Amino acid sequence: MKAVVIATLALLGSFSAVAADVDQPALIKQGEYLARAGDCVACHTAKDGKPFAGGLPMETPIGMIYSTNITPDPTGIGAYSFDDFDNAVRHGVAKNGSTLYPAMPYPSYARVNQADMQALYAYFMQGVKPVAQENKAVDIPWPLSMRWPLAMWRWTFAPAVADFTPMLGQNPVVSRGAYLVEGLGHCGACHTPRALTLQEKSLSATDGSTFLSGSAPLEGWIAKNLRGDHKDGLGSWSEEQLVQFLKTGRSDRSAVFGGMSDVIVHSMQYMSDADLTAIARYLKTLPAVDSTNAPHQYDPAVADALWNGDDSKRGAAVYIDNCAACHRTDGHGYTRVFPALAGNPVLQSDDPTSLIHIVLKGGTLPATHTAPSTFTMPGFDWRLSDQEVADVVNFIRTSWGNKGSDVKPADVKALRD
Amino acid sequence: MSTVMKKVDAVIVGFGWTGAIMAKELTEAGLNVVALERGPMQDTYPDGNYPQVIDELTYSVRKKLFQDVSKETVTIRHSVNDVALPNRQLGAFLPGNGVGGAGLHWSGVHFRVDPIELRIRSHYEERYGKNFIPKDMTIQDFGVSYEELEPFFDYAEKVFGTSGQAWTVNGQLVGEGRGGNPYAPDRSNPFPLESQKNTVSAQLFQKAANEVGYKPYNLPSANTSGPYTNPYGAQMGPCNFCGFCSGYVCYMYSKASPNVNILPALKPLPNFELRPDAHVIRVNLDSTKSKATGVTYIDALGREIEQPADLVILGAFQFHNVRLMLLSGIGKPYDPKTGEGVVGKNFAYQNMGTIKAYFDKEVHTNNFIGAGGNGVAIDDFNADNFDHGPHGFVGGSPMWVNQAGSRPIAGTSNPPGTPAWGSAWKKATADYYTHQVSMDAHGAHQSYRGNYLDLDPVYRDAYGQPLLRMTFDWQENDIKMNRFMMEKMGKIAEAMNPKAIALLGKKVGEHFNTASYQTTHLNGGAIMGTDPKTSALNRYLQSWDVHNVFVPGASAFPQGLGYNPTGLVAALTYWSARAIREQYLKNPGPLVQA
Repeated sequence: MKAVVIATLALLGSFSAVAADVDQPALIKQGEYLARAGDCVACHTAKDGKPFAGGLPMETPIGMIYSTNITPDPTGIGAYSFDDFDNAVRHGVAKNGSTLYPAMPYPSYARVNQADMQALYAYFMQGVKPVAQENKAVDIPWPLSMRWPLAMWRWTFAPAVADFTPMLGQNPVVSRGAYLVEGLGHCGACHTPRALTLQEKSLSATDGSTFLSGSAPLEGWIAKNLRGDHKDGLGSWSEEQLVQFLKTGRSDRSAVFGGMSDVIVHSMQYMSDADLTAIARYLKTLPAVDSTNAPHQYDPAVADALWNGDDSKRGAAVYIDNCAACHRTDGHGYTRVFPALAGNPVLQSDDPTSLIHIVLKGGTLPATHTAPSTFTMPGFDWRLSDQEVADVVNFIRTSWGNKGSDVKPADVKALRD
Repeated sequence: MSTVMKKVDAVIVGFGWTGAIMAKELTEAGLNVVALERGPMQDTYPDGNYPQVIDELTYSVRKKLFQDVSKETVTIRHSVNDVALPNRQLGAFLPGNGVGGAGLHWSGVHFRVDPIELRIRSHYEERYGKNFIPKDMTIQDFGVSYEELEPFFDYAEKVFGTSGQAWTVNGQLVGEGRGGNPYAPDRSNPFPLESQKNTVSAQLFQKAANEVGYKPYNLPSANTSGPYTNPYGAQMGPCNFCGFCSGYVCYMYSKASPNVNILPALKPLPNFELRPDAHVIRVNLDSTKSKATGVTYIDALGREIEQPADLVILGAFQFHNVRLMLLSGIGKPYDPKTGEGVVGKNFAYQNMGTIKAYFDKEVHTNNFIGAGGNGVAIDDFNADNFDHGPHGFVGGSPMWVNQAGSRPIAGTSNPPGTPAWGSAWKKATADYYTHQVSMDAHGAHQSYRGNYLDLDPVYRDAYGQPLLRMTFDWQENDIKMNRFMMEKMGKIAEAMNPKAIALLGKKVGEHFNTASYQTTHLNGGAIMGTDPKTSALNRYLQSWDVHNVFVPGASAFPQGLGYNPTGLVAALTYWSARAIREQYLKNPGPLVQA
């Protein structure tokens, strides 16, 4: 009973902290939407754990760290004032004054505006169920466990906290997209390459062509180039295809895999069509990295050869036996069901990690609210040798007009386990 | 002492097509639904993984997806004068097991029904007089008309992603010269997908049938002619004619199944639970015996569990529905001596005839490709599309080439007279494997006073319950019809100018052979109708005796159809679900006053 009274008082207390004329349920709802946009749940929830209670292990170059409890429990952020909350989310500083590990994408969140921060705070304080769960200490040995270098890092690399301001004359839809992508969406955390000192090489479109130009492998996948490159970026994608992809995990010619699957399931599918359109339209404004950027030219030679029973090209027989049933001899796949390989940017990126990974381990398209079917590509690691995987990967990287660099059996071996 | 689970609004026994459709419909109505499936969880992944699923030995020969007869089977006898013995090796029919049921391993032929077959007794009596129907033939009207069912056929096709060509849509002729069936009843919409392409064998049949003067059409198929998204948002891939449909999980997601077409939409629902490895042993009734209180099942650990529910749907395989009713005391068991009682009555099957035509090497039929529902058919001798008067039998047959893929172990067939082994067999196999066409007369089968189902007095299953006893044999009408159909189909085969023909029809005096596969299309035993004295269910598939038990499935057919049953099974299930949603839930009780 006492606990209930205290909880009620606490609730009243937090209510009184905000202006009386604010529609609190609407604010909490807005905060929930923004928390989806920021995909907070992805890192702040352990496997099979309670939502937002933290404890998810994350590998860093110096050791394992664990996400924290951000529920409104005393073991979480129950005692955080708005300023404490803001300090953590946008400034990267915890309530105790220590600097957060930059696994928390506060350099991106720095541009979230004040009003949205208020909504997020309202949601985390009143819309999230408190969970009593102590935070787990990092598994980083001394002296690397000292936090002061993190503060140095923060002073050096984190941008000043300032509400997002659209560029002068920018289309408002594109601005909204920029706000979501560069801010809460923190797309760059995965899709922008990092420097040796681990900061993202750029934090916005205006920082240069490294922004969202694709990452080094992380957990066996690369986060692809999202710029206008036809070969390995989004040059060949239409805005509509991007919206469909983000909403359902699939488009006419593609299907989500790897780490992006969780982003679709936990975050993107909850976005409004207007926000998804804004994200897509903004992404389509990013120029290609490659100045010679040319659209994919379909080459029918391989399809013709296979149609005529000629599988003499290296890897062709492996392709026919294992892949062609779904992806077809012409590499076009089937609309919305089996991804096209011809012109597919995943096949043509310089780093073949994702491609080899999916051939070895397969992948399951996640169910979303508007597209509940979960197509699975089976893995072929039990069946194909390193040489055969290299052959078939090279075959699809160089057929139907695709242009990809050569993959060696050793590249496959390195990704097997 | 059984564990008692939390009561739910509706419990569904079996998760094949009827269970899945009911689950979707009842959850849409806001009910809390639990589906109990006796077999394991199964889905395209991992059970249909390519290329592991392309394995004839595991699936067809060793019967991976079928009922495990070491735990539960049926006993069979030809007549009441014989002793029934347990069927220890599945042969003539192949009931499914596990999530998806027979809907996971079916072929995909997706017909509606010929309207006269729904009122077959009335129709024959009107056209041919009361004395035309033999005295011991117990055929009955379904009690529902094609017009009433049309919207449900239409919706089921949209859910299944069916490929085909309409003849008329809302009275407008659209199918002439395009593969439509001139005998097909009118439709409210075209098929969701256009017809699949036709194999060489189907094209040969089409040409020959035209030459003989028949009217060939494209089989309606729940194998997709292209990618498809159904009204539930569930997606299908395109069929690639791999030839592994019947008996297999479709790795292309292109054969309609409860798993591909309905389960994805059910999985996220908070008011739905699918409980595999739950073998229902009885429906529990209250003391009045007029209301069910739920069901009792055995779980994977052998524990007896009671699942209370307000509504019980029996959606198991045809003969399991009948057996559960008998085991639970729902409805009066049928007695063939008096002709009284209803549960077990009108057990019917399919009356198949097959012709194989063998060609020279220049005719390439590529039998290794195929699709389970694909082909070309004629309806000139189906239903009552011809004058039965001079021929003296009841029933009709569609005839078709349905090239479903000839697999390496059982797919070989050689001309009559070829040795069954040795070098002569090898030579003939090499000569004919890809130079032959197989065609079927897929005949309707009528119900008779002596063909019925009851509980076996001797044999019990692994759970100690009596097995179902099947008393069944071919009757004079069946043989007559089969011989007529073989003769008619023979004309088509001859018009193809083959080198040799094999006729695989029924002979006079032939008995039912439990080892020879015909189809899995078993019908009746818990039939629907208009009179509680002659049917177990009313026209909404509601038990006359226990109003909160509904029994969808081919067990409700008073006799067998010329067509494959799945299309009518699905439409009747949607029809029944509509009655539950719009009438029963508002005012639980009998929907038809006896």
